[in-house]
Amino acid sequence: MDLPLIFAMLMGLAILAYVILDGFDLGVGILVPLATPDEQDMMVASIGPFWDANETWLVLGVGILLVAFPQAHGVILTALYLPVALMLVALMLRGVAFEFRAKATGWHQQLWNRLFFVGSLGAAVAQGMMLGGVVTGFGKGALFVGFELLVGLGLAGGYALLGATWLVIKTEGDLQARALRWGKGAAFLAAAGVAAISLATPFASANIMEKWFAWPRLLWLSPLPILSAAAFAGILISLARLQRGQSRREYLPFVLGVWIFVFAFAGLAYSLFPYLVVDRMTIWQAAAAESSLRFVFVGACIVLPMIVAYTLFSYRVFWGKARSLTYGE
Amino acid sequence: MFADPLLLARAQFGLNIAFHILFPSITIALAWVLVYLRVRIERTGEAWLKGAYRLWVKIFALSFAMGVVSGITMSFQFGTNWPGFMQKAGNIAGPLLGYEVLTAFFLEATFLGVMLFGRDRVPAWLHTLSSFMVAIGTSFSAFWILALNSWMQTPQGFEIIDGQFHATDWWAIIFNPSFPYRFTHMMIASGLTAAFLVAGISAFQLLRNAQFEPARRMLRLGIVVAAVLTPVQIFVGDLHGLNTLKHQPAKIAAIEGIWETGRNVPLLLFALPNNTERRNDYAVAVPGMASFILTHDFEGEVKGLSEFGDKHPPVMQVFWSFRIMVGVGMLMLLLSWGAIWQVFRRKPSPRWMLLAFAGMTFSGWVAVLAGWLTTEIGRQPYLVYGVLTTAEAASDVPASHIAITLVGYAVVYSLLLVSYMVVVTQLAIKEAAGEKTPEPVNPAFQSGIA
Repeated sequence: MDLPLIFAMLMGLAILAYVILDGFDLGVGILVPLATPDEQDMMVASIGPFWDANETWLVLGVGILLVAFPQAHGVILTALYLPVALMLVALMLRGVAFEFRAKATGWHQQLWNRLFFVGSLGAAVAQGMMLGGVVTGFGKGALFVGFELLVGLGLAGGYALLGATWLVIKTEGDLQARALRWGKGAAFLAAAGVAAISLATPFASANIMEKWFAWPRLLWLSPLPILSAAAFAGILISLARLQRGQSRREYLPFVLGVWIFVFAFAGLAYSLFPYLVVDRMTIWQAAAAESSLRFVFVGACIVLPMIVAYTLFSYRVFWGKARSLTYGE
Repeated sequence: MFADPLLLARAQFGLNIAFHILFPSITIALAWVLVYLRVRIERTGEAWLKGAYRLWVKIFALSFAMGVVSGITMSFQFGTNWPGFMQKAGNIAGPLLGYEVLTAFFLEATFLGVMLFGRDRVPAWLHTLSSFMVAIGTSFSAFWILALNSWMQTPQGFEIIDGQFHATDWWAIIFNPSFPYRFTHMMIASGLTAAFLVAGISAFQLLRNAQFEPARRMLRLGIVVAAVLTPVQIFVGDLHGLNTLKHQPAKIAAIEGIWETGRNVPLLLFALPNNTERRNDYAVAVPGMASFILTHDFEGEVKGLSEFGDKHPPVMQVFWSFRIMVGVGMLMLLLSWGAIWQVFRRKPSPRWMLLAFAGMTFSGWVAVLAGWLTTEIGRQPYLVYGVLTTAEAASDVPASHIAITLVGYAVVYSLLLVSYMVVVTQLAIKEAAGEKTPEPVNPAFQSGIA
C-alpha cells in the first residue's frame, strides 16, 4: 500500500475542506463592514456555531503535513515564516473577536468588531500569499511578493464569494438582498484571482508548463477551465434570478462557488503532484517512516468517518435560516 | 543576545506555549464543572444553578476560544521554530499530535457549537451529551499532548537510524516512564486552576453582593474541590519528583541547587544560585532535608550538577520557578483548608477570606506556568532528553524575522490577556448585580455569541 500517496490525498482533502468551510466563515467576516450593526450580528450568528470546527481542518491539514511529511513540514513552514505568522495573528484576533464583540462593552466592543474584519481579511490574504509561495517554489524578490499579494486578494475574493452565497442561504429580507449584491462583486474578484494564478503557475516551473500545455494533455485538461468559467457564469445568472425573484434555489450560488474551489484545487493538485516543494521534494522523499504512517492510518480510518458524521450532525442541528444566538438555560 | 536566533526562537515558542497553556488549564476542568451543572439543572432545575451556568458557560466559551486560537499557533510553530525536531523526531511526534487532532480537536470544536447554542434545538439529553463530548475532548487533548511532552522528557520505544528516530513500540512511547505522573499532575493542576478561578470570581461577586446565591454555592463548590485536590496534588507532585530524580537527575540537582554530589544534602529555602562561580549565594538551608525528601533517608546520596559537565540546565530559573510553584501550592493548601472549616461549620465566609480568594483567582496560572518552566527549562540543553539538543532542532530563519514576529505576538497576547481578564470581571459584575440580560434589541450582541 502506498501510504505516502494516501496521506497526500488525505492532506489535500483536509485542505480543500478547510478552504471551503473556513472560507465561507472568513468570507462572512470580510463582508461585515458592509452591513448595519443589526445585520452584522445576524451574519455572525450564521457562522457562530461552526467557525471553530471549520478551523480545525486547518490544524488537520498542517497536522498531516507534520505526521506524514516531516521532512517537508519544516522546509515549507520556515520558507513561509512571515505569511504564516501574519495568518496566525489574524486568525487569533478574529477567533477571539467572536467572543469579545459580544461580551465587551463600549469602545472595547467597537474595537473587536473592527478586529473581526481585519483578522478575517488578514487571514485570507496571508493564506493566498502562502499559496502563491508554494506554487512558485518560494521564489524571492519584489515580483514574487507582488504575485503573492495578487493571489492573496484573489483568495479573499473567493472567500467573500463563499461568504456572500452562504448568507444567501442563511438569511432573509434586506440582508439577503445585500448578500446577493455582494456575491456578484465577489464573483468577479474571485474569477480574476483564479485566472491570475492559473496563468502564472506554469511560468514558475518548466515542469508545470509541460504538464499543462503538451499536446494532447491540453485537450483532456480543457474541461477544468471550461467548467470553472461555466460555474462563474452560473453564479452570476443564479444570483440575478434570485434577485428578480425568478428562482427560489437559494443554495445554488453557494454550491457553484464550492465547485469553483474544487476545480481550482484539482488544477493545483495536478500542477504540483508529486511535489510538496516544487521541483525539489516529492511526497515520497518527504514521507515519514512506514511504521509511523501505519500507526496513524489505522486511527484515521476509524476516526475520520466519525468526524464527518458528527460534523454533518452539527450542521443539521443549525439547519435553516440563522436565528440570533443564545446560550440556553 | 538579540542576535541569537536560538534564544529568540526559544523566547517566541516559550511565549506562545505559556500563553496557550493558561486557557486549557481552565477549560479542561471547567468543562467537567459545566457537565456537572448541566446534569443538575436537568434533574432539579434549581434557580441558582441556572444563574451559575449562565455565567460559567460564557467564561468557558471565552477561555475555549483563547485556547483554540493560540493552539492553532502552536501547531505551526513546531515547524517554523523547530524544523530539526520534526525532521529528526517527526516519526514519533507527528503521530501523537495527529491523534490529538483526530480524537480531540474535532470532537470538542464540533460539539462546542451544539453545547453553546443548541439548547433550544436539540433534546435535553443530547445537549447534556454534547457538553460531555466537549469535556471528553479536552481531556483527550491533554492525554496526547502530555504523552508527547513526557516522551521528550523520558524517551523510549524508538531506535535511531541515520540520525532519524523510528518508533519500535508505540505502547512504550505513549506510556513512557514520566507520563502517568505528568498527566495526573497536569489534570489536577487544571482542577485547581478552575477551582480557584470559580472560588475567586464567586468571592469577588459576594464582596459586591453578599446575598448573591449562585456565587455562594459556586464558592462552596470551589472550596471543596480545592481542599480535596490540593493535598492530592502535593502527594502526586512528590511522586513526580522522585520519578524525575530517577530519569532526569540533572533537573532535580538544578531544582535543589545542588552543585556537588554528596550525602546529607541540605534543602535550600532561599539562595541565589551562581552559574559562573558554581555555588549558591545567600543560602538559607535545612540540613539533610533534600536528601530526606529525595531518598527518604537523611544520609541518602544525591547527585550534583558537576556530574553532568555542561549538559545541565541553567540553575537560577529552575531553582526559583520550582519554589514559586511550591509556594503557591502551600498558599492554596492553607486557604482551602481554612475555608473548608467554615463550610463545615455552615458559617458564611468572612470578608478577609473572600478577599483572599478574590486575590487568588488566577493563582492556578502562576503555579502552572512556574511548574512548566521548571520541567521545560529543566530539560535543557536537550529537546529530547539525552538524545537531541535544542540547538540541533532550531531553524535557520533570520533572527530579524523571529524578533519582529516575537514583538507582534507579544503585543497581541498582551491585548488578549488584558481583554480576557477585563471581560471576565465585567461578566461577573453584571451577573452579581442581578441584571437580567435584557430582551434583545440587538439579539446576538446582548445574548452573547461565542
